[in-house]
Parts: sequence; structure tokens; C-alpha cells
Amino acid sequence: MIYFQILANGLVLGGLYACIAVGFSLVWGVLNVINILHGTFIVLGSYIAFFAYAYAGIHPFISVAIAGLLLYALGYTLQLTMINRVIAAPVLITLTLTFGLDLILNNAMLVAFTADYRKVNLANPLGSIEIGPVFLPGDRVAVMVLAVVLTLILYRVLRDSRIGRAIVAVRMDREAAALMGVDVKRINAVTFGMGAFMAGAAGALLSVVYPISPLASSSFLGKAFVVCVLGGLGSVPGALVGGLALGIIESFGATWLGPEHAVTLSFGLLLLLLFVRPSGIMGKRGYE
Amino acid sequence: MKNWLILAVSALICASLPFYADNYMLRVVTTAVMYVILAQSWNFIGGLAGYPSFATAAFFGLGAYTSAVLQSHHVPLLAAWSAAAVAAVLFAVLIGGAILHLRGHYFAIASLVVAEVLREVINTTPDITGGGMGLNLPVPHGSIAAQAQFFFYAMLILAVMCVATAIVVRDSKLGFGLRCIQQNEDAASILGVNAYAYKTTAFMLSAVFVGVAGAIYASWVHYIEPPDVFDIMLAVKPLVMALLGGVGTLFGPAIGAIVLMTFEELVWRNFLTVHAAVLGVIIVLLVLFLPNGLLPLLRSWLDRLRGHS
Repeated sequence: MIYFQILANGLVLGGLYACIAVGFSLVWGVLNVINILHGTFIVLGSYIAFFAYAYAGIHPFISVAIAGLLLYALGYTLQLTMINRVIAAPVLITLTLTFGLDLILNNAMLVAFTADYRKVNLANPLGSIEIGPVFLPGDRVAVMVLAVVLTLILYRVLRDSRIGRAIVAVRMDREAAALMGVDVKRINAVTFGMGAFMAGAAGALLSVVYPISPLASSSFLGKAFVVCVLGGLGSVPGALVGGLALGIIESFGATWLGPEHAVTLSFGLLLLLLFVRPSGIMGKRGYE
Repeated sequence: MKNWLILAVSALICASLPFYADNYMLRVVTTAVMYVILAQSWNFIGGLAGYPSFATAAFFGLGAYTSAVLQSHHVPLLAAWSAAAVAAVLFAVLIGGAILHLRGHYFAIASLVVAEVLREVINTTPDITGGGMGLNLPVPHGSIAAQAQFFFYAMLILAVMCVATAIVVRDSKLGFGLRCIQQNEDAASILGVNAYAYKTTAFMLSAVFVGVAGAIYASWVHYIEPPDVFDIMLAVKPLVMALLGGVGTLFGPAIGAIVLMTFEELVWRNFLTVHAAVLGVIIVLLVLFLPNGLLPLLRSWLDRLRGHS
């Protein structure tokens, strides 16, 4: 029955991974920009939640909205003032630009917050949940549920709202969307802002379960890469499937091979997938 | 002919350096020459073929570890360095076969992940590689100054070989084919360019000198560990240098390397805590305001001067 426990752990982990990756996937899919800043955005979201809890007593689950909106503003501004200027340039240029911005932001956080690991210790932790033979920590389950809910909200926004349809239109055909009266530059900024929102929200959620440090940003980015390639780029269901798949694979891999091989396993898997099926499990379709 | 002259003159100027530079200066210049190798090597795949590779760190670390492990088994220095070259080339062929069919972002990420996988492999095989503890290399005989000179000349010879290869490739069928691939790979394939073979060759060229540079570096600093020789900055800085000098140009990457290293020595050492942020600012300004690099800018200035005289 240990397998049920491993599977449950994997699903909880996978929900978090999906939430980490979905904003990254949105930006990559719609703007064709690899946002190296994504990991740092997540960490910044965690810090916002941490300080809100430490100084104002605001529960991290409420900070999800605060962190998301603050990062939306940051992302929107960055896209409008800088990334839009080179959006049509080759891959190398946009990637390098976000890398440069990441160096600045991450270094600023390192100076402001130091590299010390911090963690939100909830005054009233949720205890553990017991379903048959499976034990689950309540905080993690709550975080996972919220992460999946956020991801589904993003899915509905993209499907049902006017701005969401405009984003999908830009993803499918930039020129045609412009001809139909979509303000592409603004949609770019909104999309990047939404990616940043999801990163900030994910960060606020993660502050409850993971230690926070600027040094953690690259591992978040690495996870986002793997999830996107696993699930297929540019679709919310893809990110969800990829996240859950990675969570389960890592959970079983850590049990069978030992936890020290978990990273090698996920990156090895990434290389293998890129080799056999670059479009991912869910394939490449319109952003729905 | 002009290009060979430029190479010969700059190599001779560099070679005279140990006669008047102090040890500190020599160390800085050795590092700069190493980055010239890295940037010029990146240019084969990233500049000519237009494949944004982050595999430089992988080749560097692989070369360093191949040579270090062999030397810890008493293989002589030059044999170990040559083995590093062979290992880097073989690895490039192997990995190239797997990832060179990817384009754009996918290739960039795959090449980035290669270094991470290698780093993890070395971290988890402590019996052979020392794992996270790192690996000590035998200290060579001779005075400190003699050693510094030895490793400087080793790097310099390698850099000259690398740039000479770049000159040869540029005027060859290979260089022409790579530029075709960079502009439109599908069209190039249709016109009979064997894209796969050309890209793999470019990838090998971008690996071989970096592998040896890693091996020389390992011997030079006597001690290596995974975070040091698989540092992501080893993949990013050459790319920034190439951008700074001019991607795809013959001497651009080398010029970019020298400019960035000079800047690093003069400015960064005074701002240690914001070291990374300063590099970030340079990158952002470069991408936004000087996307073609310094070399085209210099050329247009020269042309304007000539026009006036």
C-alpha cells in the first residue's frame, strides 16, 4: 500500500509544479519569450507573503492575491518598457534580455533580503489528513488545491474573457490579431503580467511549504522548463498534466533510485522527451 | 591575408606580455585569453549556424574533469589535455545527435540542461570524480612565476589555434554552409547543404577548444569542483561577449571578451556585492541599444572617417 502514499505525494507535488509552470508556459507560448525571470518572480512572491505574514499577520493564502497583483504590475511594466522593444528579435536576444533582467532583480533581492533561508511558520498549521492508508500534511494539500484552483481560473479567463480571447488570438497569429483590432503591444504586456501574476501567486503559496531564498529561483525555473516540455507548450491543461506527471515521476524516482537522483532523473527525462517528442504529451495546440 | 596578419600581430603582442607584466596582470590576462577561446568557440555554433548554445559550460566542465581524473591516475599532462579534447568532441557528437534537430528555444534549453545533467552525474559519482568534494590535481614542478607563464602560453597557443580555425572555417565551404543554415535552414537543405553534418561539425568545433581550455584551467587552479567548472556563467559570459563584439563576425567575440574582461577588472572589483547586477545592466543595455555589437559600430565609424579624409 506504500504505492498509494507515493502516488499521493507525487500528486501533491505535481499540483505545485503545475502552478509554478503555468505562467512560464503562458509567456513562452504566447510571446515566444523564455522568461528567465520566472524563478525570481516566484521567489519575490514568496518574500511578499513572508513579510506580509511576519509584519502584518496576513495569512499567505490571502497574500496570494497581493503578491500576484504586485508582480502583475512589475511584469506589465517590464514588458511594456523593455521586452516589447525586442519582441520580434531572434530567440537569443529576448532570452538574453530576460537573463540580464534576472541578474539585476535576483542580485537586488540578495542584497535586500540576504541569502538566508526563511520560512513561513503558520501559527495554526492544518495538521495532517488521513485517507485510508495514506497520510498527507494538511498545509501541502491546501496549497496544492489552491494551486490547481488558480490554474483553472487562468484557464477560464483565457477561454471566456475578452482579453483572454485576445491573448489566444495573438498566440495563434500575431499579424491577423493586429488586423482584427487587437492592440498587440498591450496584449503582450498583459500576457507577461499574467505570467508574473501566476509566478507571484505560486510563490506566495510555496512560502508555506518551501524555505525561501533568492538562491532557489534557478531550481524553480528548471522545474518550469521540465513541466512545459513534458506537458507541451502553451496550454493550461498541458502545464497541469506536465506538472502532475513530473510530480509523480519524481516521487517514484526518489523512492526507487534515492532522492539524490531526483534532479538527474527529471533533467534526463527532459532530454529524452526533447529527443523523441519535442511537442510534449499534450501536443502543441492553440492556447485554450 | 589581412585576418592572418591581425591574428599574428595580436598573438605576438600577447606573447611578449610575460616579459614586463607582473603575476597579477598575467593571471588576469590568462583568464581573458581563456574567455577569448570560449567566446570564439561559441561563435561556431551560436554565431555562424545561429543555434543559441548554452553547452559551453558542459564542454568546459567535461574537459576539466576528464583531464583531472586522468591526471589523478598519473596520466601525463599533455596526454590528459589531449584526452579532454577527444572527450569533448565525442560528447558533442553524441549530444549533437540528440539535440541539434531542435530549434530556437528548445535547443537553447536542451543545451543548458546538458551541463546540469553532467554536473549531477559528477555529483553522484564520488568514487571516480570526488563528487561534491571536488578533485585535487597534482601541482606541477617549478616556481610560481614559471607556472604562471607556462599556463599563460598554453592558453595563448590554444586561443591562436581556435581563432586560426575560425579564419579557415570562415572562408571554407563549411562556413558558407553554416551561414546558409543560419539564414534559412530549410532552404539550405533543399539546395543540398547537409545541414545535419554541418551543424554537428560546428558543434564539435565549439566543443574541442573549450574542452581543452577546461583541462588547462583545471591544471592551472589545481582544484576543481562541479559548481565551479559547470558554472552557468561559463555558458552565458561567452554569449554576452559575442553579443558585445558582434555575433557571427570573425574577431567580434574575441574583442567582446577582452572588452568585458577589462571592464570586469576595472569596475566590478569595486562593487563585489552587486557584481551580478552590473553584468545584468550591461546585458540589458547591450540588447536594447547595441544589438549588433561593437564591431559593426567600429566599422561604420572607420568608414565615416575615411569618407571625410
